[in-house]
Order: sequence, then C-alpha cells, then structure tokens
Amino acid sequence: MKTRNYLPLIGLGVLMVALHLLTVWTGTQYYLTQLTMSAYYGLVIIGLGVLMGYAGQISIGHAGFFAIGGYLAAALTTRNLEPFAQNWWVQLLDKAGVIVHGQDIYGLSQMTFTPWLACIVAVTTAGLVALVIGIPVLKLKGHYLAMATLGFGTIVYRIFLAMPYFGESDGITEVPGFDMLPFLTISGDMSHRVLNFYASWTLLIVGMLFLINLIGSRVGRALRSLHSSEEAAEASGINAGRFKLKVFVLSAIYAAVAGVLLTHYNGGIGPSEASMAKSVRYVALVAVGGMLNLWGTLIMGVGLTFLSLRGVFGSFDDAVFGTILILVMLFSPEGILGLKLRPLLRQLIIGGRA
Amino acid sequence: MSPDLFFQYLFAGITYGSIYAVVAIGFNIIYNATGIINFAQGEFVMLGGMISISLLHFMPLPLAIASAVALTMLIGAAIEILFIRWLQSPSVMRMIIITIGISILLKEVALHIWGESIRSLPYFYGNEITTFSIGSVHISPQVVWVILASAVMVAGLNLFFKSTPIGREMRACSANRTAALLCGINARNMVTLSFMLSAGIGALAGCVMSPITYTQYDSGSALALKGFTVAILGGLGNSGAAVLAGILLGIIEAFSVSVVPLAFQDAISIAILLVILFVKPHGLFGSGDAARLKDF
Amino acid sequence: MKRSIKCLALGGAACCLALSTMLAPAWAGTVKVGAIFAVTGPASFLGGPEARSAQMIVDEINKAGGINGDTIELIVKDTAGHSEKAVSFAKQLIEEDKVVAIIGPSTSGESMAVKKIAEAGKTTLISCAAAEVIVNPVAKHVFKTPQKDSFAAQMIFEEMQRLGITTIAITAGNDGFGKAGKAQLEKMAPTYGVKVAISETYDSKATDLSALVAKLKSDVSIQAVINWSVVPAQAIIAKNMRQVGWEVPLFQSHGFGNIKYAQAAGVAAEGIIFPCGRLLVVDQLEESNPQKARLVQYKSDYETKYKEDASAFGGYAYDAMNMVVEAIKKGGNDRAKVRDAVEGLENFAGVGGMFSFSPADHNGLTIDSFAMMTVKDGAFILYQGK
Repeated sequence: MKTRNYLPLIGLGVLMVALHLLTVWTGTQYYLTQLTMSAYYGLVIIGLGVLMGYAGQISIGHAGFFAIGGYLAAALTTRNLEPFAQNWWVQLLDKAGVIVHGQDIYGLSQMTFTPWLACIVAVTTAGLVALVIGIPVLKLKGHYLAMATLGFGTIVYRIFLAMPYFGESDGITEVPGFDMLPFLTISGDMSHRVLNFYASWTLLIVGMLFLINLIGSRVGRALRSLHSSEEAAEASGINAGRFKLKVFVLSAIYAAVAGVLLTHYNGGIGPSEASMAKSVRYVALVAVGGMLNLWGTLIMGVGLTFLSLRGVFGSFDDAVFGTILILVMLFSPEGILGLKLRPLLRQLIIGGRA
Repeated sequence: MSPDLFFQYLFAGITYGSIYAVVAIGFNIIYNATGIINFAQGEFVMLGGMISISLLHFMPLPLAIASAVALTMLIGAAIEILFIRWLQSPSVMRMIIITIGISILLKEVALHIWGESIRSLPYFYGNEITTFSIGSVHISPQVVWVILASAVMVAGLNLFFKSTPIGREMRACSANRTAALLCGINARNMVTLSFMLSAGIGALAGCVMSPITYTQYDSGSALALKGFTVAILGGLGNSGAAVLAGILLGIIEAFSVSVVPLAFQDAISIAILLVILFVKPHGLFGSGDAARLKDF
Repeated sequence: MKRSIKCLALGGAACCLALSTMLAPAWAGTVKVGAIFAVTGPASFLGGPEARSAQMIVDEINKAGGINGDTIELIVKDTAGHSEKAVSFAKQLIEEDKVVAIIGPSTSGESMAVKKIAEAGKTTLISCAAAEVIVNPVAKHVFKTPQKDSFAAQMIFEEMQRLGITTIAITAGNDGFGKAGKAQLEKMAPTYGVKVAISETYDSKATDLSALVAKLKSDVSIQAVINWSVVPAQAIIAKNMRQVGWEVPLFQSHGFGNIKYAQAAGVAAEGIIFPCGRLLVVDQLEESNPQKARLVQYKSDYETKYKEDASAFGGYAYDAMNMVVEAIKKGGNDRAKVRDAVEGLENFAGVGGMFSFSPADHNGLTIDSFAMMTVKDGAFILYQGK
C-alpha cells in the first residue's frame, strides 16, 4: 500500500531527469527556466489543493502568503541597513554574520541581511500570519470564508502596494542570488540554470511526499470526509478545527517558500504577485486539477502555469483560464483527470448501438 | 475639523456609499433566491454601463439605459440557463468557482469587444461641474440620481418580494426549496428570474454611476469587491441593510482620508469587514438565527 | 552495393542542398523583434496602444517589402502587467526566439525587472516606461523612449514660478508612473522654492476622489495641485475639484496626453496645464518643426488603421519600434550592431521628441521634447501662459 503511494513520486523524479535530458538532447535548455518557475508555482498550488480538497476550505487569498514570503525576502536582501549601522542591533547582527556588505546599483556601499536570514524570517512570518488569521477565519463557512480570505489577500496587496519600503507599484528588483548550499545558488543566472531546475523540482517532490503522508495519515483519511461533512468528522472524534488550521498554516508556508525562492530566481517581485487575480488563478488551477486529486492538481497546476509563462495564450490568457475553469466545474467537478472517460465512451458506444 | 469640511467629507462618503450600495443590492437578490453569491455581479454593472454607452449612439439616453438593462437581463438569464440551471445541488465552493469563472469570461469578452479605453455616459442632469450647493457644501446631481436609484430599487424589491405572487414564490424557494417544489412552484424558473433581476439591477447601477466613475472593461471586479463587502457588512440577503452599510462604509472611508494616507484606504475598509466577520459574522444588521437557516 | 551507397550519398546530398536552398531565404529573410507589453490587465491603456502602434509599423514595412528584403517578425508578449511574466518572456525572447532587440515593457516595475536580463543577454531593450531609474545608472543595452519625469517636473515648476505659486499639493496614482513622478516632484520642489503641503497616493482604480479633494481644499495655503498618473482618475480629480468650486490651477503630467481623459472630464478639463510631447497639438505646429512629418504620419496612420485617437502612450512604442527598424537597416540581424546603431542615433525625429543617444544618455531627449499644453473647448492647445 505504502510503496504504491510513493511510486508516482519516483515517477516524478524520473520525469524531472527525463525533461532535463530531453532539453539537452534537443538543444532546448531554455525550457528549463520556465519549468523551474512553474515548479515553484506548483508548490503553492499543491499546498492550496490540500487545503481546498481535504480540509474543505476555500482560500481566495493565497497569493498573499506567496507575497509575504517573496516581498520580505526581497526587501531584507536589498534594503540598505547602512543608515542604522551604528545601532546596537545591527552591529550585533553583523557580528553574528547575517549581514552582507555589498554595493547598490549606483556603486555605493550598502549593508543587507543574508538571504538565509531573510528566508527564515519571511517563511516564519507567513506561517505566523496564517496562524493568527487562521484561527478566526477558519471558523467561518461558505461565502463568509471566501470573503474573509479574499479580504485578507486584498489587505496584503494594499499594504505592499502602499509602502515605499516595498517599492509600491514597482515592487523590488535587484534581488541577489541565494547561496543556499555551497554548490547551489538560487538565481536566474544562466550558469545556474540546471541546478536551479533540479532544486525546484526536488522541492516540489519533497512537498508532494509530505502532503501524501499527511493525507494518508489517520486524521487525513478521516478528514477526506470533512470536505462533505464536517459534522460527521467531528462525530467520529476528529478535531476538525485543529486539522484545518494545521493545513492552512502548512499551505501558507508552502506558498511563502515558493515566494522566497521564486523571488531570488526572478531577481525581483512585483505587486501583481499579491493581487486578487493571482489568488483566483491558484484556486482555479486547484479546481481544474481536481480538489480531491493531488496529482491532478500538480499536473494541471504546473502544466498550465508553464504554458501561461510561455505566453502561449497571448492576450487570451485569462479568457482561456476562465473557459477551462467553467468547463471543468460544470462537467467534471472532480477535476480534468476525474473525467470518467471509460464510462463516457461506453455510454456513447452503447448509446450508438441502441 | 470645520463644519464645512465635515459636511464635505460626509457628502463624499455618501457618494462612495451610494455606489457601493447599488452594487450590493444585486448580490442580495441572487443570494436570497438561491443562497449563491454571484462573483460576476460586478461584471453585470460593467456590462450595463458599456452597453448603454454603445447604444447611446443610436437612441436617446433613457431608451439606451432601458435597452441596456433589458439586454443585461437577457445575458443574466442566459448565464443562469447555460451554467447553473442544470447542476444537481452543487456545493457552495463549486458555485463560487463557477461564478468566478463567469466573471473572468465576461471581463475578457468585454475587453475584446470594447477595448481597454474608458467610456462614460453623459451626466443625466447638467454637466461635469454642475452641483447643488447647500451653503458651501456641494453635491453633484448625479449622486442624487444614484441615491434615488438605490432607494427605488430597495422599495421596488420590497414591494416585489412581499406583494407580488412571483416575488412570494421566489421567497418561498429561498426559504425551503423542497417545500416550494411541493407547492407546485417551479424553483428553477425562480432562480433564472433572480439572475435576470440582479443582472438588471446591476446594469441599472452601472448606468447611473457611469458618469461619476467611468466604465472600463475591468471596472467590475473592484466594484464587486466593495459591493460584496457591503452586502456582508449589512447582512447577506437584506437589501435595505446593504444600503445603510454601504453609506456607513463610504462615510468611514471618506473620513479616514483625513487621518490615514489615502493609499491605505482599501486596506482599512477590508480590515473593518474582517473584524465584523469575526465578531458578528451575520453582519451589522443581520440576525444570526435567520442566517443559520440557510444551509451552506 | 557500392553503387547503391553512392546513390544514397548523392541523393542525400541533393536533399540537403534542396532543403538548404528552401530554408535559406526563410532563415535569412526574417528579423525577429520582441515586444513585451501589458496589453491586458490594469496597465492596458499603456500596453494596448503600444502593441498596436508597434504592429502597425511592422505591417507597413513588411507590406513594402521589408528592410533590405528581410521581413520583420514582431513577437508580442502580453504580460498583463505581471513582472514575473515580463521576466519569463524576456528570457524566452532572448534565448529561444533569438530576437535582435526588444521593445517594452510598458511599466517601470516590469522594465526594472528585465533590465538585468537584457544586459546579461546582450540584447537591446527599449523600454516604454517613464521612470528615470531605467536609464540611470545607464546600462549598456537598455534605452527608453518616454520623456524624463524630471523634465516634466521642471516645466511645471518653472510655470509655477511665473504664476507666483509657492505652496502645492501633489496627488499621484499608485502605479509606476505616479510613483516615479511623485518622487521626482518632491525632490525638485525645494529648488524652485515650492513647498509641498500635502502629498497623497490614490488607487489607480479610484472611482471618486471627492474626499481627497475636500482634504486638499481645507488647506487654504495650497495654491495649485499637481496630479501625476496615467489612469482615468486624472479626469475624476479634475471633476471633483471643479464640483466643489475649487478654482486653483490643476497641473497634470504627460500621462494626461490622451484626449479620452479630457473628453471624460468634459468642462472640468478646461484650463488644465500639463507638459507633453507635441503629438497632441500637431495641427498647430509650424511646417519647419523637424518632428512635424513624423507626427502627422503617426497620427493619420494610427487613426486610419485603428479608428481611435492617437495618444502619447502609443507614441512611446512607435518611437521604440522605429528606432529598432532604423538600427536594423544599419546593423542587420546582429544584436551588437543593432545596439550600437541605436546608441548612435542622432537627431532622430520621434513622436516623443528629437532623440540623440550617447553612451552616457540612453533617453536621448532634451527638455524641448515637451511643450506646455492646456485644454480649451475640449481640445488640446499649446499653453501660452496666463
């Protein structure tokens, strides 16, 4: 049973290597750039998928968590600390080795936090925010929940858009690479491309592994029912509230990690990453993939994001997404992969005979 | 704060509030009939504005507005029949996602029909700078039109739901669909009707506010967010309360300008909403008991 | 056996030859140019006209037989205003599509996001966004066509000095254009002896600004308002000011250079003063003006083709595309040569002004690229002072 669950993960690993080799073979390594970006978005989407599918909670504010991660990482690694250089806390941090001395775009010297510290601060903040927000929000249901999460996302968006510290409408650029491990730098630089591709997909696989374990646990199995009936879950002795909160925080952390890494990879972040349109896009991708189908969510999430990042749909990007979303929700609410082709075909054939 | 400034803020707040209120009313109709929040409501507002502006080339203003309202009602009916009517007891989450999808589609269609530039109806009375002045306080006649429109809508809807047979049937469907079916009411037609009604009301709102706010293909979603906020603030389903809540929120927003940078205005109004949701989830004027009767 | 191999080899060679002759013209005859614009989304009133203007040039050139026989392929990518998409597209255009140059992006944030990528990819990028930080510090491959904010601010402040205005309020949209302009105004005001009493940012989707106007009006020391944005709120603020009977001068930025906004504000637009490129007043220019021919051509071409008024925004992309065309004429399908040719452009008549690039100046315009304008009877005219 267990090994069967992990087989697809090994498949995903093989796919990762195969994709790389294919691009090398065909001389199209440039695909790896967008595949890397898609993998990070994939991480947000699978986190949200578990929240929507298994915990039964819609969140139209997940771009907010992504943005908290990305923006904090960007701001902490680019905003100059030199004006505060005499403060005791800056000197203390400097001694602790978490401050980088470098130059800004005009060649002036500047002090910033190390990406590692920024990353930890960013992800922790997102997690804490999710915890604090989650406790009251998850008590709400239906449209009230939708509105509350939408409201949360809007507030985050407004704050980033209004504060000069976060670059207002321009967002933050010139974000340095993240020397995560001695051999691995998260950066969009061409020389790091292959390693970044493997890093992002490995992260995605680990993320999947973790979620599969969560779903497969006793609580997780019991809560599969929660999507349809919370009362039933409660009656069978499951603390639904705690599970929901746990998944909410976890999915926020997924989004924040993706935000941090993608910001370093892209060398910047803009307010559009926090916008309502982005949150809606994530919900749509989960819905298209199938809310109770984590693999479907992953495939559709990464696949459609990849196409969108390549600009395949041109100025019809939103229109295509809207259409797919409606069609899936109308005809196959379990997601595109939930579409039961065999029965459908059989029906057609039998219908044809009769 | 001088009295002049106080009243100037007050009237600015009423202007905002009346706009939010007319949008919120449309949310409530569909919610009342079906328990659905229609996330595409803002697009009805945009469509009303856009269609009437296009029709204005061919006909006088009142006729253009009337035709735009009628056309948008047809669109509303078509949407319901195509996307909603035949679903078997869909979950709330599914309905939210479907209406979000509809909203995206309508916006994109509008973009490819009308392009990205702004348009507007002319002021119904006077021009851009005409105002009624009470002392040193000025208010544009168009704001009066918007307030009048929302008052007429609330009164008309009340009358419709309380005194006409169709209105009563719609209320019956919303209260208990099965019982209504047993009484021989065609619940499906009632839902279609509610979509038509709210599309029409959205379109009318879009027409009366167009001179003030202008109309652009994507102006719907921002309005919908505010309208949704107001509908929840007032208590879902209660149109009269929505108007009160709308004007209250508008006034709060207007006065907030004097203390907080304008850039944070939206963050403040949404934060107020969140607090209300946590403390009193059924809205300022809604009753918890009534809301609990609705199944989610 | 031997014979058959020979046959095969011969046949293979023939095939290769045929294939290469078939492919050769297609390969040599197409020059790819990338365009990154926010055609949809919140910045679409920039990206829409920009994409159309650039496409128009390419269509005309290809219809006339291309450049030296080569046709131009314009690859337009729509970012919808998302900077992460701009990043993705820039990499794609440079590496995969192997474009000779890129025009756009439309907004400052996106332009800053792709600046480094263009540098790394050694590909010319001609941005259509306003912020000065795009070309300051100068990056070897990055240029921009819209006039500098500081020139616009300077013209406004000089006019204020003439009118004896010393205390002002600044309002700006929360988009890249408004942000950059507001920063520039606040920085330069003291040098002109102007005090900024209130400085506010509004949402670019704002539907009514009467509360903001009430706040500004209550400060009686304010003698003028400068509004800086590209959004419809430019018309809304004009309306709201005149509705409350507040008659102080209203200055706007070059973002007002779209007749739609003046029409939307109606009578409230009368008397608005703003600096802008000369496209809007092309009919009033003297024949000797070196820009005149270009302006007339753009205006008539655009308005015939798309049945809408030409705006300054579209002009930014029109200039960028024309520069690339000019550079391709000199440098062919070669990135380095095209870059050098763009930097070498001198007295290039554009819609935005007369461009003369140099290694130290990648905007290439002087303050003369602006003229002060005002609205009279619903039309733009040159401002003659009070």
